[in-house]
Amino acid sequence: MHFAFTDQQLEFRDAVRQVLAKECTPGDVRAAYDAPMARSPRWATLASLGVVGLAVPDAHGGLGLGLVDLVPLVEEAGRVVLPEPLVETAGLAAPLLADLEDATTDARVGPWLDALAAGHLTVAVAEPGHPGLPIAGAVGADLLLLVVDDGLDGPELHGVDAATVAVTPVPSLDPTRRLGIPAWTPSPETLLASGEQATGYLSATSDRAAVVVGAELLGLADAMIALASSYAKDRQQFGKPIGSFQAVKHLLAGAQVLLEFARPAVYGAAWALDAGSYDTSVAASVAKAYATEAAVEAARVALQVHGAIGYTWECDLHLQLKRTWAVAEAWGSATDHRARLLDALLADR
Amino acid sequence: MDRPMDLHYTDAQEAFRADARAWLSAHAPAPRSLPSLDTAVGFEAHRAWEGELAGDRWSVVSWPEEYGGRGVGILEWLVFEEEYWRAQAPLRVSQNGVFLLAPTMFEFGTDAQKARFLPPMASAEEIWCQGWSEPDAGSDLAGIRSRARRSDAEGGWVLSGQKTWASRGAFAEWCFGLFRTDPEAERHRGLTYFLIDMATPGVTVRPIPQIDGETGFAELFFEDVLVPDNLVLGDVGAGWNVAMATAGSERGLSLRSPARYSRSADRLVDLYAERLRIDPVRARRSADAVAHAWMCAEAYRLNTLWTATRVLDGGSVGPEASANKIHWSETDLAIHRAALSLLGPEAEFHGDGVDAPWLDGYLFALAGPIYAGTNEIQRNVVAERMLGLPRT
Repeated sequence: MHFAFTDQQLEFRDAVRQVLAKECTPGDVRAAYDAPMARSPRWATLASLGVVGLAVPDAHGGLGLGLVDLVPLVEEAGRVVLPEPLVETAGLAAPLLADLEDATTDARVGPWLDALAAGHLTVAVAEPGHPGLPIAGAVGADLLLLVVDDGLDGPELHGVDAATVAVTPVPSLDPTRRLGIPAWTPSPETLLASGEQATGYLSATSDRAAVVVGAELLGLADAMIALASSYAKDRQQFGKPIGSFQAVKHLLAGAQVLLEFARPAVYGAAWALDAGSYDTSVAASVAKAYATEAAVEAARVALQVHGAIGYTWECDLHLQLKRTWAVAEAWGSATDHRARLLDALLADR
Repeated sequence: MDRPMDLHYTDAQEAFRADARAWLSAHAPAPRSLPSLDTAVGFEAHRAWEGELAGDRWSVVSWPEEYGGRGVGILEWLVFEEEYWRAQAPLRVSQNGVFLLAPTMFEFGTDAQKARFLPPMASAEEIWCQGWSEPDAGSDLAGIRSRARRSDAEGGWVLSGQKTWASRGAFAEWCFGLFRTDPEAERHRGLTYFLIDMATPGVTVRPIPQIDGETGFAELFFEDVLVPDNLVLGDVGAGWNVAMATAGSERGLSLRSPARYSRSADRLVDLYAERLRIDPVRARRSADAVAHAWMCAEAYRLNTLWTATRVLDGGSVGPEASANKIHWSETDLAIHRAALSLLGPEAEFHGDGVDAPWLDGYLFALAGPIYAGTNEIQRNVVAERMLGLPRT
């Protein structure tokens, strides 16, 4: 039993934090609102650091590491509201393609992994069970990992070169989500996996998504609490900083307590998925449900503590709020995951 | 330090678990078979059980062997606690001593104090209560007025004043209390931590029936009670710091092990499964609350392992103990509220021949946000010391 990150993992996290503090300022996120793109110069930096290809096998230019290594880095991405698709590309597509490579003779997969690790390929991944709904990151992505499920023969997983299809953009609360609906037709050429194999990949991807999006929400929650705490120390009313009033303190403390307990839930789930030796579905659902609760509460509190200034376009808070609200519902809401958790617990009884 | 993350217990820890499980299954009384420890009869029944526990060195596994323990680490203690709660063994009547005073005594006690007090604490021959709160000093603990006057002639301190809400106070043999030894000093200074024999002349105990009608706590009156110098814990005038070490244990790692809540949360899911068969429509209305409560207990388990690892790696527990206290007290409430909502009209059933563990548990859980420093005080600590907000 040793429930902690290694020094090396923490050093990697600190290095990424430093880079993102410079290259992903609130001004940069605002620029991405006006011109969202998947592969920005910042993406090249992240690729050169090894962040993008972290889960890609060494043979394809990646680091061959797991979720425990990735989670602290995604937390940093959440902290700065990174506009690029790190969650989808590094967190979901890379391990999925790496698994596929072991099991398929599809000649497309190896080159995708090479390109992904090099920072030349971003991926949008469809959430299973949401046919026809917009897919996050689809606009501007290079590769689309899509799902067909007629409810009869089991699901199919398809890989579609985005250059070959039209993607209709769908406006989002957070424009950097680049939501889109691809016009595509499944074909034997696009098929990557079907039947039980596809079910396994999709279920593993859903668990990973719960953990990785959970990590993004941890970073967002921490950033919102920090911004609101800083504001509460500066803003004066009745001749004192508002942060000296218990009504304000208790709002922020409540959010902080939720965050404190969300962190080990996410980290523990990352370990469980890497180790594969624990009830991964339970762990993933606890992670997403808890991190979502913590971040949504941090968002509510941060807005309330800021007061009217927090409700403006000028204040940077809204960048964090919008990402939080968007991803809170992605890959299963807190309520969805609590229901999934209870089903899993009942299955043992 | 650069060990990879690993949430498996070691083979040695699992072997320790197997030993504990085997012993408990052979010795632990049937669940809920002892009378409440807040009654005179129940107090003695719990004392006898803890004597049996201590006889085979299971009462204080993490203490050094010379004081009755097994000298194992914090992770083994957590494993033992998992087994203890899994066996549904009785609540620990010795908890104020074992979980609160003992860690403080290991830090601040003299060798003579440790040798004198720890063994009978481990065996429950001497049970401790806490004498901190006063009628006019609860959340504002530094405002206590009970005094201790130095008497060179008698070689000790003469205590006078009134303490209240002393858990186990109705029946305990000893009390650890905070008294003002220097009335001129700033409020947090001038306090001293005393170990008081409740049989000393001048100590009067008035039991207070709690919300459930039983005397779980008491008022303590001190009229010229002589406490010799060797029963001061820590330095004279340093009582606040000593007390904060105890409070850290109360809120942090040692008082409430996660197994307590994991076990309750699992029983809650059992209850849900049972009610789902009896009245599925009603049960499903509580599904989200049940899952939420289970999740809070699981997050508590994981956070404890996270904190224990930090401590084993040389870190310490600071204001996180306050976040911890808020979380475990709210988790306990969430579990019991969900259970009562599942029980619906049956939730209030209580009385002759009717076992009402969820209702009893709910009444106990209601105290959680109040004792060990109210959750409002803990939120102040979190805001000021974790988030750096200015003092109120």
